[in-house]
Amino acid sequence: MTDISVLEIDRLTVSLGSGRAARPILDEVTVRVDTGEVVGLVGESGSGKSVTCRAALGLLPRGARVNGSVRVAGTEVVGLRGSGLRALRSRQVAMIYQDPRACVNPVRRIGDFLTEGLRTGLGMSAAQAQERIIELLELVGIRDPRAAMRQFPHEFSGGMLQRMVIAAALAPEPALLLADEPTTALDVTTQAEVIAVLTALRASRGTGMLFVTHDLELASAICDRIYVMYAGRVVEHAPVRRLFTRPRHPYTAALLMSTPTLASTNARLVAIEGRPVGLAEAPPGCSFAGRCVHVRDGCRDTVPPLRPVLERVSTGDALEAATQSAACLFEGELGDLLAPRSVVVPDAVSGCVG
Amino acid sequence: MAASGPALGTRAAVLFVGRRLASLVLTLLATSFLVFGAVHLTPGDPARAMLGPHATPAAIAAIHAQYHLDDPFLVQYAHWLGGLSRGDFGRSIQFRQDVTSVLAPRIAVTGELVAYAAALTMLGVLLGVAAAVRPGVVDTGIVVSTTVATAMPSFVVAILLVAIFGVKLGWLPVVGVGDGPVSRLAHLTMPAVALAVSLVGLLARVTRAGVLDQLGREHVEVARARGVPWLRVVRRHALRNALGPILTVGGTLVAGILVTTSIVETAFGIHGLGELLVKSVAQKDLPVVQALALLTVVVFVVMNLVIDVVAALVDPRVALGVRVA
Ligand SMILES: Nc1ncnc2c1ncn2[C@@H]1O[C@H](COP(=O)(O)OP(=O)(O)OP(=O)(O)O)[C@@H](O)[C@H]1O
Ligand code: SF4
Ligand SMILES: [Mg+2]
Repeated sequence: MTDISVLEIDRLTVSLGSGRAARPILDEVTVRVDTGEVVGLVGESGSGKSVTCRAALGLLPRGARVNGSVRVAGTEVVGLRGSGLRALRSRQVAMIYQDPRACVNPVRRIGDFLTEGLRTGLGMSAAQAQERIIELLELVGIRDPRAAMRQFPHEFSGGMLQRMVIAAALAPEPALLLADEPTTALDVTTQAEVIAVLTALRASRGTGMLFVTHDLELASAICDRIYVMYAGRVVEHAPVRRLFTRPRHPYTAALLMSTPTLASTNARLVAIEGRPVGLAEAPPGCSFAGRCVHVRDGCRDTVPPLRPVLERVSTGDALEAATQSAACLFEGELGDLLAPRSVVVPDAVSGCVG
Repeated sequence: MAASGPALGTRAAVLFVGRRLASLVLTLLATSFLVFGAVHLTPGDPARAMLGPHATPAAIAAIHAQYHLDDPFLVQYAHWLGGLSRGDFGRSIQFRQDVTSVLAPRIAVTGELVAYAAALTMLGVLLGVAAAVRPGVVDTGIVVSTTVATAMPSFVVAILLVAIFGVKLGWLPVVGVGDGPVSRLAHLTMPAVALAVSLVGLLARVTRAGVLDQLGREHVEVARARGVPWLRVVRRHALRNALGPILTVGGTLVAGILVTTSIVETAFGIHGLGELLVKSVAQKDLPVVQALALLTVVVFVVMNLVIDVVAALVDPRVALGVRVA
């Protein structure tokens, strides 16, 4: 890893509306992605993963009030407009979406979609753009790319379309790739294929990636580090192995316990009680208090800050420990209570994509 | 990867148009019967309408015999249909001429008027796009004015135009069609505007709704997120994708102009098909009324056919005649 960050989100706070009607969405979210790194963003529905992700594109909901900073490859995105924003979007950062069918214009040829970014953003000629796209289509496994470019989106399966969206995203060779649940809409076999294509292509170009997912198993397989979000806040951040073997936030621990392939083989699967909440509905103090099995006096009084986890047990991976942080007031006391007894962590990348 | 052919197969297109032309013939047959029946059910004697209240019984009988007015209804219908199949629309009672030669000189002027009004109607697309992409004052202004425009019957517009531009300002001629292209354009301007005003309003509203709908779609947001310039997003993604409903409504409105010409041509003293229809109904000139009614039906059916073909051209998901998904 180099120490160059392609994405630095620093204490990003977002709310919609103003005055009494203000609806907070994100609270002091801090996320970093370095060159060539894959960083996961996990959490239940409504925790703010997509909003965080889109912030990197300068795509916040209309009328959002924003505090904090979002820097992509050194450029501040908050407040960026016009040609500066267009240049950032067409060269530095690209996004892959959940539903490829919804994100490609259905009435234009797929070739128009694929080359549009290169032509309008990088000023390439039609022929140049086509040449680059054809190369990429071959890499993502499209047979006869030339013919494919003349076809319409509805003539392709979701998996094929997602491969083309990936090709389009990587075409301008962006520094940062955002992937917002890129396989949720696909069936299981296709998922694995698309992930394989995505990770291989990204790795060969050294593009940093922020990978949003519900799927902890998938995250464990492809990510270097993971941020766990709950109700608009980051509640835990750790290198992937560390997170799965020694979670330091009760929410992370609960997520692991509720994931079939990750929970220890001899432990019962335990679903997290209660419904996930957004930041607007979260109780005062620790937003997880309503569902936390370790909740105690004081939890509802102050919002727990995200603090570095102090290593108490010497396990040999002290270096990793230094990069773990959690936002639980009682993290120090709970300690190993949270650690699953035995967890099966698939090997990085290869574990899932085979 | 599904490898189907081009969106609009030539074979499919030929088959489709063939089928639709066959159904056009059936539609015409049914319509001709309805038109013929309806016209015959209206009270009044064409011979009396033509010869006036003091006509002698002998003169009336002569007309009746000449135009087969005393034959049973079905016999008259069969006689007329037989003529149609030979391209013979019968003889006009009021002009004592073949219907075809009555219609011929009027088709051009009405065609020009309709084309002029249709071109003006397309302004509605511009207004609709402007309203959709400029929320606030521009949008509100366009919505309010198009609502008013939509509610304005063409005869009201005609009266207003004549009062203002014809009489008060004296900028435009009020009656007739003029000679030469410039004079023709000047003469047809007020009638065309009168025809188009409410249609511009309708088309603007349809366009605005369609473009707004598309602007809210994910693919539009994705295009913006890729740094595609805003104007291009509006043109190539939002407007482009909203074309289906815009063309459908636009086409139907343009076909409808033909009907409205009867009011406007009468108001501006233009001797076109619309004015002819009004005259012929008043005179109970059945052959002419029937021919005009059939012509209107043909225009509508052909326009529908064109709309369907164009809809399949602008949206590859639309198979001819069938809408997929
Ligand atoms: N355009 C918007 N307008 C209003 N509220 C929004 C908008 N976008 C997001 N939100 C709110 O922000 C919060 C976070 O939403 P976000 O989409 O980031 O969640 P998520 O973690 O991506 O969830 P999911 O897993 O369901 O995609 C939610 O409470 C949502 O209601
Ligand atoms: S602060 Fe309290 S409620 Fe929140 S996670 Fe820690 S123990 Fe649970
Ligand atoms: Mg989301």
